Amino acid sequence: MATELTHHTAAQLAEGLRAQQFSAVEVTRAHLNRIAEVDGDVHAYLHIAGNTALATARSVDAALAAGEQLPALAGVPIAVKDVMATQGVPTTCGSAILKGWVPPYDASVIRRIKDARMPILGKTNMDEFAMGSSTEHSAYGPTRNPWDLTRIPGGSGGGSAATLASFTAPLATGTDTGGSIRQPAAVTGTVGVKPTYGAVSRYGLVALASSLDQAGPCARTVLDAALLHEVMAGHDPMDSTSLTGQYPDVVAAARRGALGDLGGVTVGVVRELGGDGYQAGVRQRFDEAVDLLTAAGAKVVEVSCPSFTAALGAYYLILPSEASSNLAKFDAMRYGIRVYPKGVDDPTAEQVMAATREVGFGAEVKRRIILGTYALSSGYYDAYYGSAQKVRTLIQRDFAAAFEVADVLISPTSPTTAFPLGDKLDDPLSMYLQDVATIPANLAGVPGMSLPAGLAEEDGLPVGLQILAPARCDDRLYLVGAAVEAALTSRWGGALLDRAPSLDREAV
Amino acid sequence: MSAISREEVSHLAMLARIDLTPDELDRMAGQLDVILDAVATVREVAGDDVPATSHPMPLTNVTRPDEVRPSLTPEQALSGAPESEQQRFRVPRILEED
Amino acid sequence: MGASGTGETVLAYDEAMAAYDPVMGLEVHVELNTATKMFCGCPTTFGAEPNSQVCPVCLGLPGALPVLNAKGLEGAVRIGLALNCTIASWCRFARKNYFYPDMPKNFQTSQYDEPIAFDGHLDVELDDGTTFRVEIERAHMEEDTGKSSHVGGATGRIHGAEYSLVDYNRAGIPLIEIVTKPLVGAGDRAPEVARAYVSALRDLLRALGVSDVKMEQGSLRCDANVSLRKRVSDDATSSEQKAVPFGIRSETKNVNSLRSIERAVRYEITRQAARLAAGRRVVQETRHWHEDTGVTTAGREKSDAEDYRYFPEPDLVPIAPEAAWVEQLRTTLPEPPAQRRRRLQTEWGFGDLEMRDVVNAGATEAIEATVVAGASPATARKWWMGELARQANTRGLELSALAITPAQVAELQALVDAGTLNDALARQVVEGVLAGEGGPAEVVAARGLELVSDDGPLIDAVEAAIAAHADVADKVRGGKVAAVGALVGAVMKQMRGKADAARVRELLMERLTP
Repeated sequence: MATELTHHTAAQLAEGLRAQQFSAVEVTRAHLNRIAEVDGDVHAYLHIAGNTALATARSVDAALAAGEQLPALAGVPIAVKDVMATQGVPTTCGSAILKGWVPPYDASVIRRIKDARMPILGKTNMDEFAMGSSTEHSAYGPTRNPWDLTRIPGGSGGGSAATLASFTAPLATGTDTGGSIRQPAAVTGTVGVKPTYGAVSRYGLVALASSLDQAGPCARTVLDAALLHEVMAGHDPMDSTSLTGQYPDVVAAARRGALGDLGGVTVGVVRELGGDGYQAGVRQRFDEAVDLLTAAGAKVVEVSCPSFTAALGAYYLILPSEASSNLAKFDAMRYGIRVYPKGVDDPTAEQVMAATREVGFGAEVKRRIILGTYALSSGYYDAYYGSAQKVRTLIQRDFAAAFEVADVLISPTSPTTAFPLGDKLDDPLSMYLQDVATIPANLAGVPGMSLPAGLAEEDGLPVGLQILAPARCDDRLYLVGAAVEAALTSRWGGALLDRAPSLDREAV
Repeated sequence: MSAISREEVSHLAMLARIDLTPDELDRMAGQLDVILDAVATVREVAGDDVPATSHPMPLTNVTRPDEVRPSLTPEQALSGAPESEQQRFRVPRILEED
Repeated sequence: MGASGTGETVLAYDEAMAAYDPVMGLEVHVELNTATKMFCGCPTTFGAEPNSQVCPVCLGLPGALPVLNAKGLEGAVRIGLALNCTIASWCRFARKNYFYPDMPKNFQTSQYDEPIAFDGHLDVELDDGTTFRVEIERAHMEEDTGKSSHVGGATGRIHGAEYSLVDYNRAGIPLIEIVTKPLVGAGDRAPEVARAYVSALRDLLRALGVSDVKMEQGSLRCDANVSLRKRVSDDATSSEQKAVPFGIRSETKNVNSLRSIERAVRYEITRQAARLAAGRRVVQETRHWHEDTGVTTAGREKSDAEDYRYFPEPDLVPIAPEAAWVEQLRTTLPEPPAQRRRRLQTEWGFGDLEMRDVVNAGATEAIEATVVAGASPATARKWWMGELARQANTRGLELSALAITPAQVAELQALVDAGTLNDALARQVVEGVLAGEGGPAEVVAARGLELVSDDGPLIDAVEAAIAAHADVADKVRGGKVAAVGALVGAVMKQMRGKADAARVRELLMERLTP
C-alpha cells in the first residue's frame, strides 16, 4: 500500500483523495516512511517537517469528510527547495552561514502552497545558494542520484529532483537561475519547468541573481508539473517584477498535449545547442525526440541563434555580479552564524563579518562573489558587466527572431548524463558548461521545460529534452511536452522512472 | 597573460569582506584567471550600438500605495540575531562612522 | 582619531579669503513624511520603540524584495519640479554596495547615473536682499539606514566603544538626496550662501508638504563639500577666477542646524587655508562637525578602497513617469518661497529690513495667518516680532511651537482695537493663553482683565488720588503739568491696571487745571 501511494502521480493522488480512496494522512505517512527508508542513501532532504505535514494532512481529511470544496492538490504532499523561506522551519540554502536560521515569514510561493492545502514534507538539499550543477556544493553533503548513488543528481536543485526520482515526494519546488530546475530534471529522469521570468513570485526566495532567478515546479509527469505550476504562478504585489495580466492555462495545455496531436505546431531545433560537446547518447535520444515530434504532426525546422555562443560568458558575469551584492547581507549582524576571527582581541564588526564569511561560505560561493565583485568594480564594469548586459540584448533578439519562425524551440537539456560525484569539483569551468543549453532562457526571461527523453545507450542514465517557448507562452511547453511524453511512454510501455533502481532496503 | 593578480584578488576579498588564506588567494587567482579568460568573449560580441538589458521583462512604474502593512514584532525581528540587547541588535564595535 | 575638542591650526577668515576662493558642493538628505517606508509597508513614525517598525524587507532578511512607495516617487518628482529640474523620462534605481552594520542589505538602494530629477536651480535670498542662484545637479531617491548607539567607552561615541546596538526602525525611510553643482562665485559669502541655501530649501520643502524638515530630528541633514582654489581676482565671479581648477575637497557630514552649516563651512575654509598656506595638502576625506567646539575632525579617508560597485537594481523595475502625470504634479506646486516673500512684502507694505527680520525669525507664516484672521499686517508683525518672539525666546521655542494660534493673536488685537484691552492687559492675556487658560476672550473673562470704561468708578479713584497726594496735586495746579504722571500711576494702581490711562489723565486734568 505504502509503495503504491508513493508511486502515484500527483494527479492520481489528487483524484484518489477527492474520491476518498485513501486519506491525506495515509499519503503523507507513506512518503514520510519512504523518506525514512531511502533518504539516508539519497540525502535529498535537509530537514523533514513530518509533524506539520501530518497536521496539514489531517486538516485536509477533516475538510474532505465535511464535504468542503478544496483546491485541486489539497492533501498532495510536496518537498520544498531550501532556498524558499518557510516560517518556523529552518531555511539554510545549503549554506553553513545560515545554519539554524528559522525565517519569521513565508515566501509568497510557500503561502500559495499552504493555501493550496498541500502538506510540506520538508526542505530539499541544494548547492549552496543555488550555485552549482551537482548539489555537491551543499554545506550539508551532496545528494546522490537515485539512478546511481555514485553520481550527481544535478544542481542546484538536485535535492528536489532526487525526491521525485526516489519517490520520497510526488512534487517538489525548484528555482532556476541558469538551469537549476531543468538540468537536475534531465539527469534524474524527471520533469522540471522554469516559467517565464516574473510568473512565480520571487518574494521569499533567497536571491542568487535577481534578474535570472525564477521558481518553478518539479514533478514526475508533465501534467503534475502543470498542476503545481498553476499553484505556484500568479501575480504578487510583493514582487516588483511579478507579471500582471492573463496567465496561460498550463493544465489545459498539458491535457490537450497528452492527446498527441501537434498538427499546426512548428518546432525549431536550435543549431547552436547541440552537436560537438554533447554526449553521443544524449544526441541520439534528442534526434529520436525530433522524429517523434514529426510523427505527432509538428513541423520541425532548424533555427540559428548565433549569440547563444556568448551566453555562458554573459551568464557567468551577470550572475556573480548580482550574487556578490545579494549575498552581502550575510554578515553575522542580524541572523545566521557569527564567527570571531582567531587571535584577534576585541574584533571590530568588519573583522567579524570577514571571518564569518570566510567560514560560512563554501569555495564556489566565495569564487563567484569575488568574480562578481571584480566584474562590478570601477574600471571593469563596462568591459564585463556592461558587455554582458549587451549580450543579453542580443540573446533576446535571437529568441525573438527564432520565435518568428517556430512556436517552440528544442535542444538537449544538458550536454551529458549524470557524472560521477567529485568529477568536476576541481574544475569550475567544466561544471559551468553543464548549463550551456539552459542559460539562454534565463538571460532572456523565456520559459523552459526539461522532460525525460530516454536513457543514454552508453551509460543507461536519463537524458533530458529541453523545450523553450516565448515569454508568457508557458502553455506551449506543456502542450508539446505532454505530447512527447505520451509518445515516449507508449513506446516504453510505461514511465521512464519505472526503470530506475527501487532503492528499497530489501532490494539492496 | 594573467588577467587577475593575487593582489587584486586580495583587494576584491577585502571589498567583499571575506578573509582568505594565502592558499585560497593563490588558488582563487588561478581559477579566476581561467574563468575570466572563458567569459572574455562577451567583450567582443556586442557593438556600441547594442543597448544593455538589465531586466528580462520590459515592465515599468511598479509601485505600491503608501499604506501601512503589519511589521514583524520586535521578538520576530530579533529572533535570528546572534546577539541582542535592549531590543536592539548587538554588533561588535564599529571601527569608523560612515 | 582626534577627540572632538582638538581642532587644527586655522587661518583668520580675512586672510584665508585674501588668498583663496572657496568652492562648495552641498548635499542635502531629506526624509519624506510618507506614512510608510520607501520599499515596504512599515510605518515611519519617529521615536517608536526599537525594531518595532521593521519587516523582512527593511531588515534585509533573505528573500525579501522591495516595492516602490508611490507617494515616495511623487514626492521626489514634486521636489524635482520645485527645484526647476528636468524630470527623467526613464530612470532606474541602482545598488550602492558597501558594508556597514546599520545597512541591512549591505547595499543601499539608491539612484546612480539616472536620477529622477536633474539640472535645476534654486534662487536663494541673502541677508542683504540680493539673490544667489544655486544650481542643482540632481535630486534622487534612496533609503535611510538604521541607527546605531555605541556602548562602553568614555563618551558613548563611536570611538572607544565596546560594542554597538542597532535599531532598524529608520532603515528604509524614504530619502531624497539633493545635490548642488559646485557653488562658485560666492567668495567670502560662501558660509552665508550655504546657510541661506539650506534655509531656502527647508522653506521650499515645508511649503511642498513633503517632509517635516526637522533638522534636530534628522529629517533634513546636510553634508558640505568645501575646497579652496587660489584667488586670482578680487571678483569671485570673474572669468579668470572661474578658470582656476578646483582644489581637493573635504566632505563635512551631518551638519544639523542652519547656524552650524555656516560655521562648519567657515571653519573648513580657515582650516584648509591654513594647510595650504603652510604648503601642505588638503586630504580628500570625510570630516565630522562638532557642534560643541565648533571644529571638524578627520573621519574616513576617501581612497581607492571606496568602490561602490553600482549596478542597476534588478529587483525594482525602471520608472518612466508619464508626462501628463508630471504636468499634473506641477500644478500642485506651491508658490516659490522667494516669490511669495516678495508678494507678501508688497501686500503688507513692509520695508526691506522689516521683511528680512520677519523671514529670519521664521514669522512669515504666522503673520500671514494672523492677517488672514483679520489683523492688520502692522499689528500682526508687532505681536509676532515683539511680545511673542520674546515669549518664544524665554521658553526656548520656535515661534510656531508657541501655544497660541494666529487666530488667537488676531482676536487679541481685535480686543485692543475695540478698547477692551490696553497693551499691558493684552500682554497679560497672552500669558494666560500660553499658560493654557483658553482663548483670549476666556482669559479676559477668567482673569477679569477688561478695561473699566464706566467713568463712575474712575472719578472716585481720581478724587481719592487727588486727596491722598495733595502736594502733587498742588504742583500740577501750580503749572507743573508733568507731575500729573504720578497721579495717573496712583489711579492705575488703584484700578489694578484695568483703566484707560489716557482717560484717567483727562479726568485728572479737568479737575486740576482751570
